[in-house]
Amino acid sequence: MYSETVMDHFNNPRNQREIPDADGIGEVGNQKCGDIMRIFLKIHDNVIEDASFQTFGCGAAVASSSMATEMIKGKTLEEAWEISNKAVAEALEGLPPQKLHCSVLAEEAIHAAINNYLEKMGLEPWEEGEGSCAGCSGCGTD
Amino acid sequence: MENKHEIYLDNAATTRTHPDVVSAMLPYFSLHFGNPSSLYSIARSSRTAIEEARRKVAAALGADEREIFFTSGGTESDNWAIRGIASAHGKKGRHIITTAIEHHAVLHTVEALEKEGFEITYLPVDEYGMVSPESVEEAIRPDTILISVMLANNEIGTIQPVQKIGEIARSHKIIFHSDAVQAIGQIPVDVRTMNVDLLSISAHKFGGPKGVGALFIRRGLRIDPLLYGGAQEQRRRAGTENVPGIVGLGAAIERAAAMMSEKAERMKKLRKRLIDGLLTIPKSRLNGHPTERLPNNVNIIFDYIEGESILLLLDANGIAASTGSACTSASLDPSHVLLACGLPHEQAHGSLRLTLGEETTEADIDYVLGVVPTVVQRLRDMSPLTPKELRTR
Ligand SMILES: Cc1ncc(COP(=O)(O)O)c(C=O)c1O
Ligand SMILES: [Zn+2]
Repeated sequence: MYSETVMDHFNNPRNQREIPDADGIGEVGNQKCGDIMRIFLKIHDNVIEDASFQTFGCGAAVASSSMATEMIKGKTLEEAWEISNKAVAEALEGLPPQKLHCSVLAEEAIHAAINNYLEKMGLEPWEEGEGSCAGCSGCGTD
Repeated sequence: MENKHEIYLDNAATTRTHPDVVSAMLPYFSLHFGNPSSLYSIARSSRTAIEEARRKVAAALGADEREIFFTSGGTESDNWAIRGIASAHGKKGRHIITTAIEHHAVLHTVEALEKEGFEITYLPVDEYGMVSPESVEEAIRPDTILISVMLANNEIGTIQPVQKIGEIARSHKIIFHSDAVQAIGQIPVDVRTMNVDLLSISAHKFGGPKGVGALFIRRGLRIDPLLYGGAQEQRRRAGTENVPGIVGLGAAIERAAAMMSEKAERMKKLRKRLIDGLLTIPKSRLNGHPTERLPNNVNIIFDYIEGESILLLLDANGIAASTGSACTSASLDPSHVLLACGLPHEQAHGSLRLTLGEETTEADIDYVLGVVPTVVQRLRDMSPLTPKELRTR
């Protein structure tokens, strides 16, 4: 069901740890939905120097977290913000359609972590664009 | 992935077709290929084989051979029982009683009838997944035409008090159907003591082939066909018979019935070893009933982790299992059975079902008991929900 890249990131997750002195932490998802993702950022001069994650969820959720943290390391906050769930899914060589919501969580977790940092710095959080949480029929309903 | 170990613990999903069963089936593909409805002599062996299989199924269920009708499996049997009764008795009443924990073959069928104007009562279950006979009695209305309660649940293995429910149905003159798909070969199934009018079985759950099953229909019961066409199966189920499949069903049920009590004893011992071992993992709980459960069923919740990732890591270790997690279903909903037992969503996501089979050995169980704690710990270390004291890093 999963691509080799997904299985590789699931079996050997990159950056799977806590950053105790993180500058920004973002947590998204809910237990009802089945996936919860927490992303930690270490930020210096507007650049993400280190990123890590903790995830409760399926193979796709773990692999998306792992890939997303790899993709944002070394990026400016603006660049990291622009990384879409589509880009994460593509980097993973695709996800089954019913699993796309898991990669949406990765995008949201990055946004939440960046905004957490901005707020800590006394700055305005950035606005979400359109298209988040699409396809996750489990979130927010009933 | 290449594995040293191949441990199949998903026998509730399906079982290996037993080699003896395959041998029994093989002549009915190319050698005795005649259409059982034909008159000429080369078709006679097909007809004889079907009737022989019917006798075996009837004997295993304590039924008369004229009460056994072959189908394409558990799903068709459930659909036929429910739709056939709704159609034949819909003038008398439009109320059906079932339970919240039935297989989708039952639940989605009654949901379809709901759209056609039938009213359905879904009986709740207790924390062990047990339906109370009193709740059945209370749900009965003057317009109730059918009660459908499964004999044993496929996810948590809970065995329902079907005999009592059957007595209640009988005393109210209401037709009673039971889905016994998971029970055959595991616990005694006798249509007379159970007081059932209709009973569904499926060959691939007890060493037979996939795509063949049967519906027991009590003699004299009025039921409409599901499939219309030729005059097969006493004009009740049209379609040229799946002769090799039916022969396989007969061979498998005869085998399963003969070895049942011995196998059940062995399964119960292995089950106990597995449950006791798994419950030493902190924050783990058994789902389903502690004693009134199928001898081969183990279903455990591990807090803070998600089922699909457990399965993937077990698979990497050569263990095939199953989960009630939403992430393995297309619907994103966790198991309706675990939710009906009162589990919160987050726990229903973390269930692991291991269903033993006739090939399962003590060494398999010990291997699994070695692997699961490592897998659980690895995922707990990864999870944001895990409390500090349960983390190793
Ligand atoms: C309780 C129950 N009923 C019905 C079915 C459906 O049977 P089949 O796969 O033969 O259609 C199954 C098997 O998945 C089952 O476990
Ligand atoms: Zn997921």
